Amino acid sequence: MSAMTRKGPHPALRWSLLALFGIFFLTPLLSMADFSTRNLIQGGRTGQAWKNLFQDDALYSAILISLGLALFTVVLMLLVLVPTMIWVRLRTPWAKGMMEFLCLLPLTIPALVIVVGLKGVYDWVTYFLSYVGLGESALALTFVYVVLVLPYSYRALDSAMSAIDLKTLSEAARSLGASWTTTIMRVVVPNIWSGILSASFIAIAVVLGEYTIASLMGYTTLQVQIVAIGKADGTTSVAASLAVLLLGFVLLMVLSLFGGRGRRTGATEDPVAPAPSVPASLSPRPQPGGNNHP
Amino acid sequence: MLVLIFLVIPTISVVIGSVYLDGAFSFGRIGALFDAASLRTLRTSVVLSGVTALVGAVLGAVLAWLIVSSPPTSVFRRLVVSLSSVLAQFGGVALAFAFIATIGFQGVVTLWVKDHLGLNFASSGWLYELPGLILVYTYFQIPLMVIVFLPALEGLREEWREAAVSLGATRWQYLREVAFPLLTPAFLGSTLLLFANAFAAYATAAALVSQGNPIVPLLIKNALTSEVVLGQAGFGYALALEMVFVVALVMIAYNLLVRRTSRWLQ
Repeated sequence: MSAMTRKGPHPALRWSLLALFGIFFLTPLLSMADFSTRNLIQGGRTGQAWKNLFQDDALYSAILISLGLALFTVVLMLLVLVPTMIWVRLRTPWAKGMMEFLCLLPLTIPALVIVVGLKGVYDWVTYFLSYVGLGESALALTFVYVVLVLPYSYRALDSAMSAIDLKTLSEAARSLGASWTTTIMRVVVPNIWSGILSASFIAIAVVLGEYTIASLMGYTTLQVQIVAIGKADGTTSVAASLAVLLLGFVLLMVLSLFGGRGRRTGATEDPVAPAPSVPASLSPRPQPGGNNHP
Repeated sequence: MLVLIFLVIPTISVVIGSVYLDGAFSFGRIGALFDAASLRTLRTSVVLSGVTALVGAVLGAVLAWLIVSSPPTSVFRRLVVSLSSVLAQFGGVALAFAFIATIGFQGVVTLWVKDHLGLNFASSGWLYELPGLILVYTYFQIPLMVIVFLPALEGLREEWREAAVSLGATRWQYLREVAFPLLTPAFLGSTLLLFANAFAAYATAAALVSQGNPIVPLLIKNALTSEVVLGQAGFGYALALEMVFVVALVMIAYNLLVRRTSRWLQ
């Protein structure tokens, strides 16, 4: 009967299966670390591939472009999403369903399809950018990236806002004479800080890893450059890939540890983890944290 | 507003562009989807997505079952979930290079096996073709399954097991008559999601495949980048429409299944 009181498999079976999964998942990652420090021509070890991340001009500038894109995407995403979500929650709760639908829509439409249809739209986006003096800048991608990160960021912000009593807080601030800007910046934002952080981290990870749209629209971002040099200089590509994966992993891990402590709802939901690729309305389980109103 | 401009309009223009371009209606481009070559590509895509969805779903469910017994706050579980998240969603190009570094021509494991067993298993270049795609896709499908299936596993309540036990069920009976039937819709739904994910994936294949366009996403790229030369203007639209159609079909089925699941989870 003791077997019945246990959740999950027998420990021996559990650990041997876990070991197999560990081997399958860690071998490629460790191989990347090994491969990226090899000297393929003369044998032995070299750190050249990692140095190239900063010394190779084309790669370094692609890294800067991607970081810049990540920054602009985060700023624009927060500027668009935070006030809108607060407004919808306080003034137009009936629009919440529609907003959620719109924000989660990007998950169901493949990036490739967006690219195919986007050509026409971008003609006048670049026209507008050249009008303000940015010309053919890769920053034009910011707009489509904001749409791309919406589902992830929306969920992060939404669960943070569900955890506080937004209505009471803002009414208190307003009745004490604060303007809307002050209310948002000095009362609401500090209270949903963890949600803002998760939304931003996830957006950064998405932007740094995005390849499809950038490559097909002809912009040289980090991922595009990694593929471009891959044929000639495999070790540098592998080093850059590993760097991106590690950065993403560290961001999500920090978030997971941080979010776990700051959470008041007591739900098991992780800010990053639970089915970020599934629209909340579609996910196999109503989301804990109070945002599952019908 | 942003969503409208950068998501809805592109999608609509794909639908319109597939039948109406440069002032003329034509179903020729849709017809071209049923060429022998296009159909072969579609079949390869479906096989790739189907195989990796099934393998990924089964192995992913097993992995999720292994970690569900750790409490959600444990560092081990956070590690697994964070790593899964990275591999499943932000990998793309990086995963292609991970496997090139491991079992490519110069890969770490390739060289090790060659030195110790005198065998070069990478020489045929299979990694850069369909078998390689299946392997690499499985590598990101399993973590995705963990992420989408874990909530369903967690939804299995302790009380149900206790109820089964107190009624005299054995462990196997509980699994077969309570747990499996409850989890089946979630499992099938997740499998469909994995299928859609693989079908629409582009970055990994673009970085890995060296020649030819064996799957639909690569064919779209080909149509986009060389349509002027080949004079097949707008074929990209038709292919994109095909992709939307397949993904939409799968997502509708997914939705129906999820509705069944949420009935008992609420």
